[in-house]
Amino acid sequence: MTVAMPAVIGDGPNMGCVDAASGARTTLPVIRERGQHEVFCGLTGIVWLHRKMQDAFFMVVGSRTCAHLVQSAAGVMIFAEPRFGTAILGERDLAGLADANDELDRCVKQLLERRPDVKTLFLVGSCPSEVIKLDLQRAAERLNETFFPRVRILNYSGSGIETTFTQGEDLCLKSMVPHCPDGARDVAAPELLVVGTIADVVEDQFTRLFAQMGIAPVRFFPPRHARDLPPVGPGTRLLLAQPFVSETARALMARGATLLSAPYPFGAEGTTAWLAAAAAAFDVPAELFRRVIAAPAERARKALDRYRPQLAGKRLFMFPDSQLEIPLARFLHRELGMELVEVGTPYLDRLMVSAELPLLPESVQLTEGQDVERQLDRCRAAQPDLTVCGLGLANPLEADGLRTKWSIELVFSPVHGFDQAGDLAELFARPLERAARLLV
Amino acid sequence: MQLTLWTYEGPPHVGAMRIATSMEGVHYVLHAPQGDTYADLLFTMIERRDKRPPVTYTTFQARDLGGDTAELVKASVRSAYERFKPQAMLVGESCTAELIQDQPGSLAMSMGLPIPIVPLELPAYSKKENWGASETFYHLVRTLLLPQAPAPGTPRATRPEGRRARCNLLGPTLLGFRNRDDVREITQLLAEIGVDVHVCAPLGASPNDVKTMPEADFNIVLYPEVAETTARWLQKTFGMPFVKTVPIGVGATRDFLREVGTIAGVDVEPILSRERVGDAQVSASRSLLPWYSRSVDATYLTGKRVFVFGDATHVLAAARIAKDELGFNVVGIGTYAREYARDVRDAAKAMGIEALISDDYLEVEKTIGDLAVELVLGTQMERHIAKRLGVPCAVISSPIHVQDVPARHSPQMGFEGANVIFDTWVHPLMMGLEEHLLQMFREDFEFGDGKLSSHLHSVAPRETTPQTPRETTRVTDVVPPSDVSGDHQANPEPAGAVGLAEEEGEVEPALRLTPAAGSAAMPAIAQWQASAEVELKKIPFFVRGKARRNTEKYAAAMGLSEISVDTLYEAKAQYGK
Repeated sequence: MTVAMPAVIGDGPNMGCVDAASGARTTLPVIRERGQHEVFCGLTGIVWLHRKMQDAFFMVVGSRTCAHLVQSAAGVMIFAEPRFGTAILGERDLAGLADANDELDRCVKQLLERRPDVKTLFLVGSCPSEVIKLDLQRAAERLNETFFPRVRILNYSGSGIETTFTQGEDLCLKSMVPHCPDGARDVAAPELLVVGTIADVVEDQFTRLFAQMGIAPVRFFPPRHARDLPPVGPGTRLLLAQPFVSETARALMARGATLLSAPYPFGAEGTTAWLAAAAAAFDVPAELFRRVIAAPAERARKALDRYRPQLAGKRLFMFPDSQLEIPLARFLHRELGMELVEVGTPYLDRLMVSAELPLLPESVQLTEGQDVERQLDRCRAAQPDLTVCGLGLANPLEADGLRTKWSIELVFSPVHGFDQAGDLAELFARPLERAARLLV
Repeated sequence: MQLTLWTYEGPPHVGAMRIATSMEGVHYVLHAPQGDTYADLLFTMIERRDKRPPVTYTTFQARDLGGDTAELVKASVRSAYERFKPQAMLVGESCTAELIQDQPGSLAMSMGLPIPIVPLELPAYSKKENWGASETFYHLVRTLLLPQAPAPGTPRATRPEGRRARCNLLGPTLLGFRNRDDVREITQLLAEIGVDVHVCAPLGASPNDVKTMPEADFNIVLYPEVAETTARWLQKTFGMPFVKTVPIGVGATRDFLREVGTIAGVDVEPILSRERVGDAQVSASRSLLPWYSRSVDATYLTGKRVFVFGDATHVLAAARIAKDELGFNVVGIGTYAREYARDVRDAAKAMGIEALISDDYLEVEKTIGDLAVELVLGTQMERHIAKRLGVPCAVISSPIHVQDVPARHSPQMGFEGANVIFDTWVHPLMMGLEEHLLQMFREDFEFGDGKLSSHLHSVAPRETTPQTPRETTRVTDVVPPSDVSGDHQANPEPAGAVGLAEEEGEVEPALRLTPAAGSAAMPAIAQWQASAEVELKKIPFFVRGKARRNTEKYAAAMGLSEISVDTLYEAKAQYGK
């Protein structure tokens, strides 16, 4: 496994002041909890993935619960016919697996006849399909014999017994990795691959900044069209835009790609350090780097200045949800002066947050996993100024007199990069602002 | 295996959650993997509940499967009992746990807890939400009341002279359509005729309340999907008669009052003569529907083609109202509730049409399109279908959306409920005179903007480029426009089932001057570079107008003659969102 040196270039941009190497602490105390998890399963990623990749369709092979979850989870009652659906298992499918496979083939055929525009079909495994050991890998191979090359059939698991919320995206991307063409063969001529779903508008912003630094080619994964897979090889440099794509990163590294370690591009500091990691890997002259990011970084700082008075000194409690908790806690603490009470994360993957952990203050309590009742006890006892949590908990906590920010919005909004730094801060300031306005 | 895009009903354990969450003092331990907690947000977001559902999930993982998931169930039951101290506990499993066969109900029964434990077996691969709610309510009531059951054949004591008649209201739950308001309305209506509500269950009742249910004289089944099974058992076991008419609509409310009068032995003639039909008087009656329907402005409602779809209770009631109380033509009727297929088929037959019994959203959509309807009365699913087809729609049944839980009192049942229904169904339709104007002057460019009437603002505002004028723009043109598929793809509705939508944003004007004309009229406005204009389009439409104005204001303040992508973001940093 090749992991590049810590991203920050000593003689390069000093705007971010990020120095992972000097962070003496690499281990913070972590509470590990096992109990009721109030977190979505990996199927939920379909809610944004089906919009990101316009030629893809996601077919969950699962129960009525799965279908109900995907349509309820994010409230995506979308006007258009969605590019996701569920092949709902019935009693007959449980009785005999041969029948289940025939039935699955029938559902796929029915779907592809109805949607000739679909170029990639993901068969998404669920808890029940895992438990009855319905082999979707083999099903995909079998169906590809019929439908490829018109349609490529892939499979991954979004089951709650194996994945948490954003891990669904990770496994989805990982399923595409073997189909990425060989490329980027020359180690000396690196190519940049940004991994993890980000908003289209943010991709365009990053593309412009990279172009101004002379970094090319730059590709994004997932691509906007699932059939437009990026080439991968020893020249590929991976820059992760999301902290939950670890399996994908490992699969790409197995194909020769090199991971650039960096904090995630949240806020002026995070974005600077993230871009700096790419700049270092592509030998961008420090002066050029400084010049390219000067204006947008300044804009980001200006935008953050607006919200700092509302957030500085406020105490923050984060329930585990999307894996974004650690990078966001770092951003809220370092750039907006929030005090961190507890930061929960569904699981702690140290490779993914190696550049983030040293930036957290000593005083933070990290928790991994969840026992929601005990965590609620701690939260109520701590009486934080702002609690970041899922939609199942938000209104009950508001009713208890706490101000909350629902975490799913952080996955659904353009929040990465310089020009979204202010928007990201505003998402946290808004509940406080609202509470201050209301007189009833 | 059934390919499904949207589901009308959740799995049966969500039905059980509706019972548990509607009640007080009940806790539900659900053997389920991570992810099934999504159902909590149905209650905390759609219903805006201020408390978490009283549900503990065992959250088993793949690595537990080889080990002792049964012990996990027991530990969850024990800690839920200690923490919540419920009066009764439901114990069951979701779809995945059903496959691993831990029998959580039996496990819990064996633990010797000092409260009634109700084991739930709700087959997730063959049954659905409403069935799950009905079974759960029945088993809970049966468990709590069986110890009091009299010997078979024991005659029921008659109501003592001088005591007012008492009834139980059965069936209202959370996530039901306007159930909370119906309970208030019917309780008030019954009070007027001298009948007291003893227990209302599940909504608001505790197990201790349920134990007193036989003290009432009779039961009223407001929602048969949830309560009919329970009411039949109470009739058989305790000899309690029950009222079967569902009081939705003026006619049905009158029938309901007569049925209550007969069973309870109370005189309902005074209220029936006050709430007359035919010659209803605005000043005398609370029910305005009969008079509003007879008012001359309502003549345009005559014979409108209506399609009705939803749960059986609301569909049967809506079809009757549509036909007998508003003078519509019911051209299609259907339900996703297979348990009540026969009733809906019978109703369809009586109206000379075929019933659609299906939970396939695509089939419902096709039927609505084929029938060329003018008004859809359905669920949130049909609201989406109607929007796609450009047909007005009113929601009459679950599954519901956050907007179906209004802050105001908004019942469906009783005379006030009929008034609410009149307003709700007539509102999406075009007013009579406006319809005429559209027919006479259809080339007016403002009529070309969409199919909605002028008192309703359009959902997806137009882009800056003017649309090519459409030929068919009025709502009475029954053939769906051929460009619908392209249109809906281009203008997805903002996500919003639980309130993610931000529709408060400012919308872009329907027609904007071209840049050249704009600069001539308003010389201070800087020119947009093509790349900046493209960038602006990436901003969601509901805030785009504001972003455009802020950028132009910023450019003017800075004395810029051109707006670049950077100017756009400079302005954003300057003004915030």
